[in-house]
Amino acid sequence: MSAPSLLVTASPHLAAGDSTPRIMWTVVASLAPIVAVATYFFGPSALLVVAAATAGALGTERALDRPGTLRDGSAAITGILLGLTLPAGLPLWMAVTGGVFGIAIGKLVFGGLGQNVFNPALLGRAFLQASFPVALTTFPAPGTGHWWRLLGDNFAWPFASPRALDTVTGATPLGRMKFDHQGTSLLDLVLGTTSGSLGETSGLVILLCGGYLALRNYLNWRVPASIFATVAVLAAGLHALDPARYPGAAFMLFSGGLMLGAMYMATDLVTSPVTHLGCWLFGAGIGLLVLLIRLWGGLAEGVMYAILIMNAFVPFLNRLTQPRVFGSAGLGGAA
Amino acid sequence: MWNHLKFRHGVHPPELKELTARIAIRRVPYPDEVVLPLRQHTGKPARPVVKPGDRVERGDALGEPDGYVSTPVHASAAGTVEGIGLWPHPDGSYAPAVRIAVDRYSPQAPRPRLVPDWTRLEPPEIVEAIRQAGVVGLGGAAFPTHVKLTPPKDQVVDTVLINGCECEPYLTTDHRTMVEYPERVHLGLRIMMRCLGVTRALIGIERNKPDALEAIRRTLPADLDVTVQGLEVKYPQGAEKMLIKALLGREVPSGKLPLHVGVVVQNVASAATIAEVFETGLPLIERIVTVTGRGVKRPANLIVPVGMKLRDLIDACGGFTPDAREIVFGGPMMGLAQAHLDTPLVKGTTGVVVLAAAETKPTVSYPCIRCGHCLDSCPVFLNPQLLGQLALKERWEEMEATHLADCMLCGCCGYTCPSNIPLPQLFALAKAALRRRPAAA
Repeated sequence: MSAPSLLVTASPHLAAGDSTPRIMWTVVASLAPIVAVATYFFGPSALLVVAAATAGALGTERALDRPGTLRDGSAAITGILLGLTLPAGLPLWMAVTGGVFGIAIGKLVFGGLGQNVFNPALLGRAFLQASFPVALTTFPAPGTGHWWRLLGDNFAWPFASPRALDTVTGATPLGRMKFDHQGTSLLDLVLGTTSGSLGETSGLVILLCGGYLALRNYLNWRVPASIFATVAVLAAGLHALDPARYPGAAFMLFSGGLMLGAMYMATDLVTSPVTHLGCWLFGAGIGLLVLLIRLWGGLAEGVMYAILIMNAFVPFLNRLTQPRVFGSAGLGGAA
Repeated sequence: MWNHLKFRHGVHPPELKELTARIAIRRVPYPDEVVLPLRQHTGKPARPVVKPGDRVERGDALGEPDGYVSTPVHASAAGTVEGIGLWPHPDGSYAPAVRIAVDRYSPQAPRPRLVPDWTRLEPPEIVEAIRQAGVVGLGGAAFPTHVKLTPPKDQVVDTVLINGCECEPYLTTDHRTMVEYPERVHLGLRIMMRCLGVTRALIGIERNKPDALEAIRRTLPADLDVTVQGLEVKYPQGAEKMLIKALLGREVPSGKLPLHVGVVVQNVASAATIAEVFETGLPLIERIVTVTGRGVKRPANLIVPVGMKLRDLIDACGGFTPDAREIVFGGPMMGLAQAHLDTPLVKGTTGVVVLAAAETKPTVSYPCIRCGHCLDSCPVFLNPQLLGQLALKERWEEMEATHLADCMLCGCCGYTCPSNIPLPQLFALAKAALRRRPAAA
């Protein structure tokens, strides 16, 4: 009998088969249809912006984190998601900058994967929004002109004024609602034939892709369910009070970044609660803040800030919603 | 009731029992040497009563109990005591053990029964006979059976549960015992009910063993109030607290024993062993073990003398396959990997799983991404995520306040963790650190 060289590891000696890189790369794969739809609506500019944001994120992770962390896929998610929150005509250097900021300040200063408090992609976007408010709110209208023509000045030099190109820009549905008091047809919203950021437009595709991740248990469905329920109930209630002033639930759900935010940003595993009750409360908080900002705040859209604000409450929510230990009466662990 | 016959959370590992589920139990030939550790049970090790050079027959005591929570250890083969000294123990340490050079040609002359006839004994005498026969729980923890059968005066026991779940993947020890020795299971149960003065019993069996369910039902004694219940196939269905919750709907309070809800739980193999020692008149000197996994050539269910070395056992199963890599005593969820082929099997060894290289877990871990899968799997509703983070920072006291004591190291959290963080190992480490603490202070 030839004796094997024995491996001695701790139990359990079986694993469920999911790994962190597999989860992350599956999320990346599930974003592909969303990027494809954005490219369909906005042309090559969409691909360029997403690629630039991703390059910024990956390059920063490669340069500043330990070797090999690119392989876990989390930096790629940050880059692609950031790209999807940007308008198609954005100068590419800005998209790169957003990716660099998101990874460097949003993730690595906290200690890398799993340690960050705020969603890195949204932090990158918040940085860009604060730095370049005009560029971030110049939304080309989809489906105008030739498909292959670049929208806006993607190749503007850093800090140079973008050249005035004859691109048709349009207000987003939320902007029209807030500042012009005009509605948008629900069909346009669901299909995505409206102005907006790359990933703001097609709610249907985002819902399907995110739904796939929820089925694989790669995101906690309670977060988007809670956000949708909160927004729908509150919006429907307000709409019933004053239909002229407050748009209905369907408009609120399918406009702006709500779909992408609810399915992909709020559900970021690292920056959402670990308990189910915590996820319900987290989603409810986001839904409430979104409506507050959209209806009474100074901005047309509030999903980004709503999620970032609730990210800060996650440790508190986790602590508040510790599970009841088997065989004990009350809530345990809260201290 | 929506939660009837269920416990919440848990995991569904692959069952992997088909390798041995249909293989009849057979006896192995005696090896040249057996090694019997003096600690084969929870509690204090036995005190040796033999010295090198002594001649022993099968069933002779090698060690006597030292204190109440302790049991004797008996010679599993006739032969000569070679020595008493430190030897690799299945728990990973070196522990005192008695080595016996086996005399294969011992005449095995008829001798008086070492274990008396139970039908003529009063319950306390039966319990003492069980103790002197060295009987411990054979489900893995090896808790002395006589302690379980002697509840404190102020505890009222109303139900005996027989645990036939065998929820660990790969293992078929209890399964084959139920199929081949169902009468012994019932006799063992009858003796326990007599000892405890209990009239009601339930036998819980996972539904992936229909032949065991059938055999146990077919042989059900007419004069006892015993219910046989098929249960959901889910790990850890065989954990005492989960079994009691599923069968009776009772929740054992945190930090308490099943006794506090009026229940005594015994595993199928333990019940059969109680019957066996009274039937044969010999103490517990052999047990049924599943030897399985893709790393062993001929997987089998074997009757093995306690103290048989791993090396001899693998030989009896045709040897290792070329890709054998890791040997686990017990099931793959909670079992201990072994470093020495000289390690002997003990009373609590439910199985030997030889994993092929491709089956072993990767050794790389990723940072925790707070996915919460561990919380969704923990059958006692702990927060393994938080406990794991605290363990990595060695914040033992905070872990204690986060209910570490309720963790039974079932391994569900480690099984589901996508980052492959060794959570059960960290928790075992923390428990050990907390146990050491009063001595250090």
